Amino acid sequence: MLSYGLRRLGLAAVITALALIILISMIQMIPGDPAAVLLGPLATPETREAFRVQMGLDQPAVVQIARFFGRVLTGDLGTDVLTKRPVLTTVMEQMPFTLWLIFFSIGWSAALGIPLGCWSAISRGSWADRIIGILSVGTIALPSFVVAIYGLLLFSVALGWFPTIGAGEPGDPLDQLWHLVLPSLAVGLGWVGYLARMVRASMLEVLSENHIRMARAFGLKEATITYRYALKIAIIPTVVLLGIGVGNMISGAVFAEIVFARPGVGRLIFDAIATRNYPVVMGGVMITTIFYVLSTLCADLFAAWLDPRVRTSL
Amino acid sequence: MSAQAFNDPVAVAAPAPSSSGWRVLRSAITDPLGALGLSLVLLIVLGALLADFSPYLPSKMAMPARFAPPSFEHLLGADHLGRDLFTRVLHGARIALGVALVATGISLVGGLILGMAAGYGPRWLDSVLLLVFDALRSFPTVMLALALVTLTGPSLYAVVAVVVIATLPGYGRVIRAQTMALKSAEFVLAARALGASAPRILLVDVMPNLIGPLLILVSMDIPVVITIEAGMSFLGLGVRPPTPSWGTILNDGYSFIRESPWPAIAGGLPIVIATLGFTFLGEALRDRFDPRLRKDG
Repeated sequence: MLSYGLRRLGLAAVITALALIILISMIQMIPGDPAAVLLGPLATPETREAFRVQMGLDQPAVVQIARFFGRVLTGDLGTDVLTKRPVLTTVMEQMPFTLWLIFFSIGWSAALGIPLGCWSAISRGSWADRIIGILSVGTIALPSFVVAIYGLLLFSVALGWFPTIGAGEPGDPLDQLWHLVLPSLAVGLGWVGYLARMVRASMLEVLSENHIRMARAFGLKEATITYRYALKIAIIPTVVLLGIGVGNMISGAVFAEIVFARPGVGRLIFDAIATRNYPVVMGGVMITTIFYVLSTLCADLFAAWLDPRVRTSL
Repeated sequence: MSAQAFNDPVAVAAPAPSSSGWRVLRSAITDPLGALGLSLVLLIVLGALLADFSPYLPSKMAMPARFAPPSFEHLLGADHLGRDLFTRVLHGARIALGVALVATGISLVGGLILGMAAGYGPRWLDSVLLLVFDALRSFPTVMLALALVTLTGPSLYAVVAVVVIATLPGYGRVIRAQTMALKSAEFVLAARALGASAPRILLVDVMPNLIGPLLILVSMDIPVVITIEAGMSFLGLGVRPPTPSWGTILNDGYSFIRESPWPAIAGGLPIVIATLGFTFLGEALRDRFDPRLRKDG
């Protein structure tokens, strides 16, 4: 387990480093002067030159990348152009809002999707199974921003059940929860279908295995077999899927935060593009990417802990 | 077995996928969901082809028709500038399908080359390419779009670039795995024994056997591509107004959602139709053609 953990950790570190290099080299590869693009057409040559020196863009690419890594390792992601504060502070301030949205979405979609998948697997071939199957494929295909806007239109504008904007009054958990309903519907809906399918598929596989037949032969109750024995094993691929899913959820959260005017990292980056606040954009993208790599790492480690067979796969 | 047959091992060992293509498509649409998917896809394609026959121009403003509800005159209503939404949706289909075609094409060619290189080449190349695929996949798609567009400005090229970066690693991995499996197949070993060069083996012997599974992967990825284009245009990172993209129509609708629900509904509807259509069709194709590609099993 330890050696798998170390190898997996090393892989995560290499992937993160590569991802950051790709991000930085984008500046190099893109034709044209980034200073001109970022400062806009009104900037004078002097400001552009000053900006280039300030951002280190006057140095050779290799030096830029090396310097950049040095700074990232010490947690320095540059300075927010507007507020003059460190980018890390600005991004971390918004992070809790995004994390809340993501975890809440994972929570409700797992609470609905996993039982649906079990039900579907147990009653294989029945009408319930078919309907759940079609709904799963349908919800997976729907883009989160369409769900967000249709949800906003139906439940907020037409029916007036839920608030349209913001994250709720600070210090009022009930109000905040109320504001979380529609955004997390948009982020999580596709996941209900995804999880239901995943759980159904791995459940069917597990249910046909010997130890389950054995349990049945011993006359254990079907519910005990399903939830105490089979689900325990069938849940493993789902856990890994959830780790990977966090990346999709981050994308969904960006849309939900923009449509519902919620605070959060996605909205922060989106607004930073409009104000040409370049360090905030790059810092935000980096932190969410690292967060994504970490979440897949955790999922893989968790799966290896549950299932020793995974440990030999790397 | 004659020497001639040995020279053309594909004919011996593997049936060319294209010959069975129509049969697979026909059997896929016997599945009701596959038939529904195909009809929805045809609806979108037909709309894109016939967009010019609409009596309206997609960017022609007509203030008296502002926020007109759906009627025989305006099938989906009119937006905040009085533009006919149905016409705009039809023209948007061209952008969506065009981006899907071009970007997927580039991604496919890139994935083929890199995937075959990883699967057939030396071990170190395989490790390096796998790491690159994993690194590219470690960006959440929207984050990648935001970072890229900050540097390039919004454009269709940016959309294509994001789609390629987001989908290429997936193709690359599948092609790599299939190439590795084929590498030790008898007809490949035979070709190698006859002294065929690596490029020849890859092009003549390996590639024809990759096309089938790839096409199914593509049909399942098209909804993703359409979502990326519409999503980026919705955020103002892709197609710029007044060009009608489903994403920009939806964004206009969002801005005026309190004045009239119709523009928002009209912007979302084609996205729903297209993504559902391609997904249902892709699922049906995959179930008939290659159950091994099931991502969940």
